[in-house]
Amino acid sequence: MVIVVAECASGHLSQTSREAVAAARHLASDISLIVPAPAGADAIAEALQLPVAEVVALEHDAFAHPTAEVLATALAPLLAASDATHVLWAHTYQARDYVPRLSARLGRPLATDCVAIERTGDGVLFTRTIFHGRLVADVVLDGPGPHFVTTQIGAFRDTAPAAPAPAAPQLRHVAAEIPEAALQVRAEPPVRDVRQSTDLTQARRIVAVGRGIREESHLGLVRELAAALGAEIAASRPVCDAGWLPMDRQIGSSGQTVAPELYVAVGISGAIQHIVGMKGSKTIVAINRDPDAPIFEIADYGIVGDLFEVVPALTAALTSR
Amino acid sequence: MKIAVCLKQVMTRETNVRPDASSTAVREDGASWALNEPDAYALEEALRLKERAGGEVVAVSAGPARVAQVLREALARGADRAIHVEGDHLAACDPFTTADALAAALRDESPDLVLTGLQSDDQGFGQVGVVLAERLGIPHATIVVAVEVQDGALRVKRELEAGWFQWLSLPLPALLTIQSGINQLRYATLKGIMAAKKKELRVVPAPAPAPAMQRIAAIRVPVRSKQTRMLSGTAAEQASALVDALRGQL
Repeated sequence: MVIVVAECASGHLSQTSREAVAAARHLASDISLIVPAPAGADAIAEALQLPVAEVVALEHDAFAHPTAEVLATALAPLLAASDATHVLWAHTYQARDYVPRLSARLGRPLATDCVAIERTGDGVLFTRTIFHGRLVADVVLDGPGPHFVTTQIGAFRDTAPAAPAPAAPQLRHVAAEIPEAALQVRAEPPVRDVRQSTDLTQARRIVAVGRGIREESHLGLVRELAAALGAEIAASRPVCDAGWLPMDRQIGSSGQTVAPELYVAVGISGAIQHIVGMKGSKTIVAINRDPDAPIFEIADYGIVGDLFEVVPALTAALTSR
Repeated sequence: MKIAVCLKQVMTRETNVRPDASSTAVREDGASWALNEPDAYALEEALRLKERAGGEVVAVSAGPARVAQVLREALARGADRAIHVEGDHLAACDPFTTADALAAALRDESPDLVLTGLQSDDQGFGQVGVVLAERLGIPHATIVVAVEVQDGALRVKRELEAGWFQWLSLPLPALLTIQSGINQLRYATLKGIMAAKKKELRVVPAPAPAPAMQRIAAIRVPVRSKQTRMLSGTAAEQASALVDALRGQL
């Protein structure tokens, strides 16, 4: 058996939890889905629609806005007593916050942000990207189980191997035990930054600029290309961190997720945190001086070269059409 | 307030990272090394908190002899002293081993606050900070983008997905993993570099590692999943080829 621990937002099951279930089906068809949620949340009914053998409704009011300690404390006894081979989570901000603590508390190894799972003769290989996607590593987990795994967002969307659809899942209600000591960190409800005002999700074309631009004063080159294409300008995280473009123009896991018809990545190496925000784009063009930059792996058209030459040439070619 | 900041030395982005002959590690010959970028922001945040509230900043790194470079850098930027937990096995190891090595050094220090970057630019486990908090028995918050100290407690802003944030209140002592961009980095001045030469950099041996619970079976160059058409020639030729290729869409 394999356990998947789901995540809820506003009482609903998160899409990423469905991906974690798809990933778990690479390991077993017998899946137990634990849903930490306040009693009565819609997430339970949604979980019962998934191809799992069992749904465990782990109930507590503190799960409305849970802290790392609340989740670790509530899940530890369930997972320690389990005979599951693996426990899976989607590699979300919430999982990153509490799963390492749980793995340390229970002494179980944790492979984070996995992009592939492969059964071998005598075990399982978990593939992770390292060096921001420049290399991949196949990892073996040892020691007492269950072993813990988080799966990269988007890596297991529709790749579940064909397996007989299980019968309707069993539903079990468990009241979580959370002692006062686990409540010393207080979490406020999430807020959205009011400065978030630019909606890039509706843009048909986007020119995004990354660390390769080197200086704020060089941004004009990219603005000219965007103007020639009739595109919105956007950026990867380092450019927004530096304050060269406002945070609401950031594409990636902590910014906006976009899928325009044309996405031109200028001087962006393609760290996974950026790629998750734009890989659904219809046509992707990458301009980078490093031929090994991971951005080329998802590009339709690649130009290896100096952006300070290529971008003005491209602007000129577009305007002289 | 006594602040410990945990730093990792990683290969620079300019290093051409390739598997070594064993295919289970990354070649170190020809590599250039630097402070892990999120850890640089953690160090800067530690220095700013000290400037606001007083106290001491202790830089800590676990690794082989080469990591003394990032500790000297931290001293030059303004850390008061440094601890190097030395062990060759720490050059590439699982997150528990790194966290245990850091915990061994920090237990005697009893810092009020421990800061580190949210993850490393090389292995990118994103685990060491949180595991260290568990080992030290203190609360934590991850991916922090703002820190306020109020009456012996912390109020921090945590980044969530897609432009959402969350404020948390934590008692001290506590550990925070810091997001890149939380502040503007300072760089070492000549004066700082000179002053650093007089500061303490203590080397302590790493504790004997527990058996590793995860190991790398193989490191590979990723296989390209998409057919990418690479456009060659001069910049003008590349530009013209791209405009031709996109003609139907423009």
